[in-house]
Amino acid sequence: MSDIVIRVNGLSKKYRIGGRRESYRTLRDSLTGAFLSPFRRARRLLSGQPYGAAELDKTIWALKGISFEIKRGEVVGIIGRNGAGKTTLLKILSRITEPTEGYAEIRGRVGSLLEVGTGFHPELTGRENIYLNGAILGMKKAEIARKFDEIVEFAEIDKFIDTPVKHYSSGMYVRLAFAVAAHLEPEILLVDEVLAVGDASFQKKCLKKMDDVAKKGQTVLFVSHNMQGVKGLCTKGILLEKGDLKEIGEVGRVVDSYLMADINSCDMERIWESQEVAPGNDRIRLRRIRLIPETGDRSKLITTSTPVKVQADYWNLVANTKLILNLALYTIDGCIAFVSMTTEESNWHGRGFPKGLFRSVCYIPAHLLNEGIYRIRLLFLDDDAIHLYDNEEAMIFTVHDINDRGIKWYGRWQGILRPKLQWTTDYVEHL
Amino acid sequence: MSTGAPVITVKPSKGWIPLNLRDLWEYRELLYFLSWRDIKVRYKQTVLGAAWAIIQPFFTMVIFSLFFGKLAKVPSDGIPYPIFAYAALVPWHFFANGINQSANSLVGNANLIRKVYFPRLVVPLSSVISGVVDFVLAFAVLLGMMFFYDIYPTSNIIWLPLLLLLAFVTSLGVGLWLSALNVQFRDVFYIVPFLIQFWLFATPIAYPSSLLSEPWRTLFGINPMVGVVEGFRWALLDTDTTPGTIMVVSSLVAIVLLVGGAFYFKRLERSFADVV
Repeated sequence: MSDIVIRVNGLSKKYRIGGRRESYRTLRDSLTGAFLSPFRRARRLLSGQPYGAAELDKTIWALKGISFEIKRGEVVGIIGRNGAGKTTLLKILSRITEPTEGYAEIRGRVGSLLEVGTGFHPELTGRENIYLNGAILGMKKAEIARKFDEIVEFAEIDKFIDTPVKHYSSGMYVRLAFAVAAHLEPEILLVDEVLAVGDASFQKKCLKKMDDVAKKGQTVLFVSHNMQGVKGLCTKGILLEKGDLKEIGEVGRVVDSYLMADINSCDMERIWESQEVAPGNDRIRLRRIRLIPETGDRSKLITTSTPVKVQADYWNLVANTKLILNLALYTIDGCIAFVSMTTEESNWHGRGFPKGLFRSVCYIPAHLLNEGIYRIRLLFLDDDAIHLYDNEEAMIFTVHDINDRGIKWYGRWQGILRPKLQWTTDYVEHL
Repeated sequence: MSTGAPVITVKPSKGWIPLNLRDLWEYRELLYFLSWRDIKVRYKQTVLGAAWAIIQPFFTMVIFSLFFGKLAKVPSDGIPYPIFAYAALVPWHFFANGINQSANSLVGNANLIRKVYFPRLVVPLSSVISGVVDFVLAFAVLLGMMFFYDIYPTSNIIWLPLLLLLAFVTSLGVGLWLSALNVQFRDVFYIVPFLIQFWLFATPIAYPSSLLSEPWRTLFGINPMVGVVEGFRWALLDTDTTPGTIMVVSSLVAIVLLVGGAFYFKRLERSFADVV
């Protein structure tokens, strides 16, 4: 089995900092630039590098000379933190964007799925969108026609097939979009984090479909933050870290080293040495924010079964303020998981705080949070509910999933929270 | 095991890039679907729908007839002014809409470009192609008007497809330049309406090119739309001024525009997904 279908050699990609959305510039900028150095600017414009001030801008290397090989039939999970270069790698392999250096050789028809429903048009009907989306994903018309019934059945939308998709519920929309994508049959499939959609039963179906795809001997590269999904589906893992290929090999080992690396590099603490540099205002300044996972061992991995203490140290700068600290926990999509306040504690609540440094600690029990990324917002109020200081992004942390569910289901557990509730089952009557 | 499978090499491209028309041919079905989508969607939320394809050139013709024909008494090569103007406005609107749609096409399809690979030429190309349907509708009205004015085309009408092709090539040529520039400079969005308006008056639509004497008239053909418009009148209305040399000049300029535009587009193509 030395049948290599993807060979990546020294692949690098440079981006200009500031994000691609802001990187187009107005003609005026270029014209003013043109006055400064007319010939060089004109040559740049013609040569396809119309970045007027490119040499002034900072650049980042999203990928730094990575090399690897993938054999036919391998199902590879690409993991790493945000900004590690996972999506950039898929974009280069699917020819959406060019590498800055290095090359990749790909043997076989490539299908890429960086987003479900790319090119869906709200005004068109489900039927029309199936054809359009199929064509966009690289299917032939005849191929779409052949699989049409299967797609409609998979998406469970047969009654609405001739309704414009703008009238669809978001669930239907996603189901249809995924159904088209799932029927793509390239030799090499590149998938970016698309399992995070749909309801539980549909997810199950998608995972099964992915599993089938893998069993058929197609080569799959799969980017995901869902470690259980990666472990369950993939045979091989690639760990990227800040553009470098950190590790490649057996999936379980790579996932473990990712989780360990994640703990070590994760900022569990933010400290500001003096009031001058601390965030805040003339009422409140932050001194320190700290996450303390009560893991009981040396590992600091926050999992769904880890109790976590959130500690906030802050200076109160106006004497006799009746402070209330309000902690709001948000999911990565901006939903509030919960809000909790220092009104719960009895030492200081209701009393006027003198000037000085205070420490409030919130205890988040185990088996409450779901896996995923959470953001902590700290809002300081006085007892008239007047906002004194609001820090929208006091801390961001990741809760990992460990397989403590007792069932074979690798998708993301549904819901913002994942409390462990008490259950009983009784044998009520003999038959 | 892997014999026969095509090997794609992804590597940084340098300098001028070959057009790779075979790749474009591979994606002809996508071209078809995108054109079809543009046509379908364009009039789906409008009350008058496809009637707009006729209303635009028709009412421009009415206004031109009033102001240029009646008031300013602009000559019209011995043909009733309304049909003189309309025969030029039909290909003109195809051209102008083609530029307009294609110039904004890459930006309008940004999410596709960021998420899927396909030859990017497909996008502006499909924009211009989708205008053919509008052209056919407006052209049907032109035939009706000819019948009304009792004008019958001569055998010159067989040149009409080639004249439409010339309008197509010009529109696509300009569209390729503008769409690629638009990705980098959103100013293009504001320039396009201005450009079209300017170009409208630089083309003998409201007036005949016979107002100019030679060699200026032939030189006028540097604007390829002069060739298209005079060609349409000659092929359909049998104006006696055979636009032979104009056509040659116009065709050459149009081809230069298209080829230059295609290479320029290709050159910028690699940065589209990162910048758009």
